[in-house]
Amino acid sequence: MSAILPLRLEDVSFAAGGRTIIERATLSLEAGPSTIILGANGAGKSVLMRLMHGLLAPTTGRVAWSGEGARRRQAMVFQRPVMLRRSAIANVTYVLEVAGVPAAERERLAADALWEVGLRDLAHRPARVLSGGEQQRLALARAWALHPEVLFLDEPTANLDPSATREIETIIKAFDAAGTKIVMSTHSLGQARRLGDEVIYLHQGRVLERAPIDRFFPHPASPEAAAFVKGELPWA
Amino acid sequence: MLDALVSGLQLVATLDLQLWQIVGLSLAVSLSAVALASLLGLPLGAAIAVGRFPGRQAVIVVLNALMGLPPVVVGLVIYLLLSRAGPLGAFGLLFTPGAMVVAQTVLVLPIVAALARQSVEDAWREYEEQLRSLGVEGARAALTVLWDIRFSLLTAVLAGLGRASAEVGAVMIVGGNIDGVTRVMTTTIALETSKGDLPLALGLGMVLIAIVLVLNAGAHLIKEAARRRYG
Repeated sequence: MSAILPLRLEDVSFAAGGRTIIERATLSLEAGPSTIILGANGAGKSVLMRLMHGLLAPTTGRVAWSGEGARRRQAMVFQRPVMLRRSAIANVTYVLEVAGVPAAERERLAADALWEVGLRDLAHRPARVLSGGEQQRLALARAWALHPEVLFLDEPTANLDPSATREIETIIKAFDAAGTKIVMSTHSLGQARRLGDEVIYLHQGRVLERAPIDRFFPHPASPEAAAFVKGELPWA
Repeated sequence: MLDALVSGLQLVATLDLQLWQIVGLSLAVSLSAVALASLLGLPLGAAIAVGRFPGRQAVIVVLNALMGLPPVVVGLVIYLLLSRAGPLGAFGLLFTPGAMVVAQTVLVLPIVAALARQSVEDAWREYEEQLRSLGVEGARAALTVLWDIRFSLLTAVLAGLGRASAEVGAVMIVGGNIDGVTRVMTTTIALETSKGDLPLALGLGMVLIAIVLVLNAGAHLIKEAARRRYG
């Protein structure tokens, strides 16, 4: 099976309700480095990721994966995960069933995924009564079970406290170590530094800058990114 | 009035056989109709909620309007369809409990479907992105949401049951209110009241209300338990 990366965005724009949200983005995402999509609220981070993941269709331009069957070889974790009203493990076996994994293997794969995110002991708890951090870990277990080539994360820790955030970041690093390409949006500069290899900086729907982490933070090229880095630092 | 009430209570308390046959048939007819209507109406409502097709808004308006179908009109149409000369006359269903189930199913179906459509659509707003991200679409998405909100759908089913157990016009026309065959609680109450036998009418009225109350209480308990269990 050939890789689905690189993912190419060619002159992609997205408009809704007469407002342009993403303006002429041209990008290529390669396997390997973890990509952080950085930008202020309303910069278009979530929309850009949804365009990449295929949840939104570009108004103009093209989003193209390299390999076949890209749809099933990527996963996304949302800011607020949606859990089905069933046990934690049943939420994982459900996605395995959808992915066409034979029934005999689902339980084992799901148990492995729950173990990976530290939810083994809560496997039979109803998913909806888990805490916010546990639900987000369960969302990551759902993705883990699918072994995606690319994992999109849309501000996965925006609603979580510091300790839950640390747990989520550890799991994201495990995905990276297992060879999954990470594409994550965040507005936390600290998190971008901890998890990212490169930054795509978005400002008012436009990709202003793309640079390796260790160059972006000391020397942002655009005045907008410089202001963002400076303004955000005290709270990072 | 008070005498009638007391005699009615006595009839109920002494488990008058004739009375209980009537109660039994009522329950059998209405529960069958609600079961059939739910089997068809819940997936139908979910499909309309999740589906995107031309004329969808019109379908929703019509479906909502059908919730107010007058029972006598439904009874009349089913009567015409099932009568010997009608297109479905060959089944010989007219004036049998089967005909009453058909009529009540038609009456209840739009209620269940319209209320399910609303519930599934509300839930769909929450689930859509997540399910599409997982590659779940179409019928599978509709069934996943339907199953996930199954306890809130009890409300739709109960509304249908309320309609079925309370209506008199449709079962009267297609059933014919034949003693021992198609006589149910509501038709008996109508008949006995017009004959002046108030104790039986009142007794049945009390039973009818009690049954509806018990079913609703049961459904409420199930929903509460589910809410605590599944969140």
